[in-house]
Amino acid sequence: MATLNILILVCLGYVVLLFGVAFAADRMAAAGRGAWLRSPLVYTLSLSIYCTAWTFYGAVGNAARSGLEFVTIYLGPTLVMISWWWGLRKLVRVGRSQRVTSIADLISSRYGKSNTLAICVTILAVLGGTPYIALQLQSITLSFSIFAEADPTGLYREGSSVFWVATGLAVFAILFGTRNLDVNERHHGVVTAIALESVVKLFALLAVGAFVVWGIAGGVGPMMDRIDASEIGQWNVDAGRWTTFIFLSAAAFVCLPRMFQVMVVENADEGHLRTAAWAFPLYLLLMSLFVVPIAVVGLDLMPEGSNPDLFVLTVPLSQGNDWLAMLSFIGGFSSATSMVIVTAMALSTMVSNHVVMPIWLSTQEGSGSVSGDVRNVVLLARRVSIAVIMALGYYYYRLSGGGAALASIGFIAFAGVSQILPALVGGLFWRGATRTGALAGLTVGFLLWVYTLLLPGMDGVLMPETVLQNGPFGLGWLRPQALFGIEGMDPIVHTVMWSLSLNTIAFCIASLLSFPSPLERLQGAQFVNVYDHSVAPRGWSGSVAQSEDLMIMTQRILGAGPAQEFFQAEAEQQGGRSSLPEPTPAFLERLERELSGSVGAATAHAMIGQIVGGSSVSVEDLLAVADESAQLLEYSSQLEVKSAELTRTARQLREANAKLTQISEQKDSFLSQVSHELRTPMTSIRAFSEIMRDTEGLSGEEQTRYAAIIHDEALRLTRLLDDLLDLSVLESGRVNLNVGDDTLRSVLDRAVSSALAGSSRALTVRRSKTAERIPLQTDLDRLGQVFINLISNAKKYCDADEPVLTISAHDVGGQVVIDFADNGSGIPPEARSMVFEKFARVGVDKAGGAGLGLAICREIMQRLGGEITYLPGQGGAAFRVRLPMAYQQAAQ
Amino acid sequence: MSPDEDRKPSGVRPSLFLERQSYRRRRLSDAARLMPFLGAALLAIPLLWSDGQGTQEGVSLSSAIFYIFTCWAVMIVASLVFGFAARRMAGHDESEPETDRWQR
Repeated sequence: MATLNILILVCLGYVVLLFGVAFAADRMAAAGRGAWLRSPLVYTLSLSIYCTAWTFYGAVGNAARSGLEFVTIYLGPTLVMISWWWGLRKLVRVGRSQRVTSIADLISSRYGKSNTLAICVTILAVLGGTPYIALQLQSITLSFSIFAEADPTGLYREGSSVFWVATGLAVFAILFGTRNLDVNERHHGVVTAIALESVVKLFALLAVGAFVVWGIAGGVGPMMDRIDASEIGQWNVDAGRWTTFIFLSAAAFVCLPRMFQVMVVENADEGHLRTAAWAFPLYLLLMSLFVVPIAVVGLDLMPEGSNPDLFVLTVPLSQGNDWLAMLSFIGGFSSATSMVIVTAMALSTMVSNHVVMPIWLSTQEGSGSVSGDVRNVVLLARRVSIAVIMALGYYYYRLSGGGAALASIGFIAFAGVSQILPALVGGLFWRGATRTGALAGLTVGFLLWVYTLLLPGMDGVLMPETVLQNGPFGLGWLRPQALFGIEGMDPIVHTVMWSLSLNTIAFCIASLLSFPSPLERLQGAQFVNVYDHSVAPRGWSGSVAQSEDLMIMTQRILGAGPAQEFFQAEAEQQGGRSSLPEPTPAFLERLERELSGSVGAATAHAMIGQIVGGSSVSVEDLLAVADESAQLLEYSSQLEVKSAELTRTARQLREANAKLTQISEQKDSFLSQVSHELRTPMTSIRAFSEIMRDTEGLSGEEQTRYAAIIHDEALRLTRLLDDLLDLSVLESGRVNLNVGDDTLRSVLDRAVSSALAGSSRALTVRRSKTAERIPLQTDLDRLGQVFINLISNAKKYCDADEPVLTISAHDVGGQVVIDFADNGSGIPPEARSMVFEKFARVGVDKAGGAGLGLAICREIMQRLGGEITYLPGQGGAAFRVRLPMAYQQAAQ
Repeated sequence: MSPDEDRKPSGVRPSLFLERQSYRRRRLSDAARLMPFLGAALLAIPLLWSDGQGTQEGVSLSSAIFYIFTCWAVMIVASLVFGFAARRMAGHDESEPETDRWQR
């Protein structure tokens, strides 16, 4: 018969073995050896802290009470593991790239490094975790008591054994969980010890199972018959509980702080998930393989009223198989201790990083980060946190009296931590999830969980029975276990349904309505698109002088060696010769992540902020810079517009200049033409006057002829000068118009008579006098001048044998159109564009005109608001004069 | 299809057909996404079972155990096969960004 003393000895020996393994593993990891410590197998085995004493002992008890329902808590994690490719892989990648230290850190990091959120998650985790620890303590105590009962000689006191167990676990957790502030919070010693414990508990359960199936029942076939014949021999699982528990255990598997610790924080290689994806479900399958047989055999063999939760121990004991019972005890002990140690570690990390450190930092405000050794503060905070958490668990156990109430704690804790799920999943897959949303969801879920499950579960300690029966203040629809009047649901199913659905709704609505801060949006993008870019947000800038301060601070947190190593590596990477790296944003960002591995993202951010201080660049600043550069861009585009305008103006100026040059050339050529025109008559006048002066004996006839020539030339000069004067007056626009009323007919009458007066050549003028009865209001003399010019041109240049000029007039919509067409050969096409230019003459100068007539005509017509054009295709030369019937001032 | 796997380098027009290797890889990740649904469907079957309280004969516990553990084993084997396939594929495509270069 195994005495209690032997049991205690074995137990202590086992603990010593664990210490040894943990110590050796830490040493090996520190020495850089032991690659197997980071193998997928160790990773998979460490995940099995999911199987606590609650599952080791409780699964059999659960099976004895409600058949196959117990497998739900294994099936949930199995579903999570087989969907690792798009679920856990992302979580682990995010956790590694952001260097998160706990699930609270992850949530806080995702929602803009908000410490409020981290505190909320921490409180939730502690509230859910403490009773869970109490449950483990209970299981150890119960299993002790079984042996104590069997050994009447032993001195066994329940209270003191719980105390010593709690103390021992706290010491183990402190020794191996807070030995160092690891770069990445990895604890090789603890993980290895846990892996060993996993093997032990699996082996123990399999051994008991094998003993039951082959030793007692006599093989698989008889066992199956026995199962069917037992009182739980029928499938009788409630559909709601089946679905809810699978979902709940899947959610808790991801959200439990201890699972997050081993799955994400302690993960050394993302590829380990690939192995764990099938190996861990296999582990779970093996763990649950013999649960029903043990339960059935226990129900058969054990007396009525014995605790089915302890069948794993009592069945081998009742068969006299003490060593098997001992093994099974060690298995249960392993399950309990590994869970407690990891939970205490994970919770203490959260408490110290998100509660203690921010408070400590705020008390250090102003004196900077140089006072005090941060490293020691963090470690001390963790050690104290572990002790406090263990003490809480111990007192919870003492308060609850260790009764059956604890048995339901497992699912209560699951439902509690599952409240993190919406914020976690939303944060990983939805960029629109905001801090406000996460806070709202967590608060709603937490309150509902406390109100509908935690308080009612305490057996009237904190919630009076009347509230449970009739609701608060007699409001029936607020009854904690029948919200909105929906009764008859299982309490767990009720809580999970209401809390998680309202949690999710609050999370979504608040996220949709709120607007995230820039840092939050940046972090959101990094989390959701973690595969695209695994870099942290940039936000620091500093000067070289701060490198030393940073170094001092980093040494305090990471320890002197690793800090110097890190700074050295950074300096080398920057290529500088100095031993201190420049505080570039990239360096500060890496340093922040490095530090966040030890003290959490929010704290690391705050600490670096204290040193880099005023020159820290917040994302808001960056956005302000972006705004400014947007303004600069706008300004530069305005400049571009102006410069384009200038270019246009310059081109216009160039064109104007070219025009001026052209005009100047025109003026020069005009002057030379005028001089030429003036010189020709002057030459003949001078020549003939010299002849008359110097030639003796000129006859009177000759004298008369010469004088006539001189007179003619002088006339021509006068006419030329008159024309020039006239033209210059017209061109400069200084002409005074003498507007009067008359008919076209009388104007034409006068023009024809004065043009044909004293003519030697006969020119027939054809007119339609009736059509010419159009009233005119214009400068009649100037118009007459135009007509005279046109008629005399026809008289001069028409080369027909019997020259005929046809003048026809029309009234076209308020305008008078008068055509002058003769029957000569007309103007050759190439000269037509030139006839209105000054000094333009067609062919040989017959009549000695200066070539200014038509130019003057054009100017006059422009002044009168009309025009004169050459009209081709009339048989001879034809001109069309067009002018308004009533002279308008605006026409000028 | 998740954007991280279908995204092509910007500016490059994605071709309609993929080479055989990446086609297989994508179908593999499709399979990974389908796996939990298959598992959930298998585990939802017991919801249809009679609990033996009516006139019908209920499902015996041994058959229930047999069914559930078989499903479980199927899921494990599927996950194992996928794990090996994913590892083989990963051998061809080790292009993920190195994030921990400076860590040690």
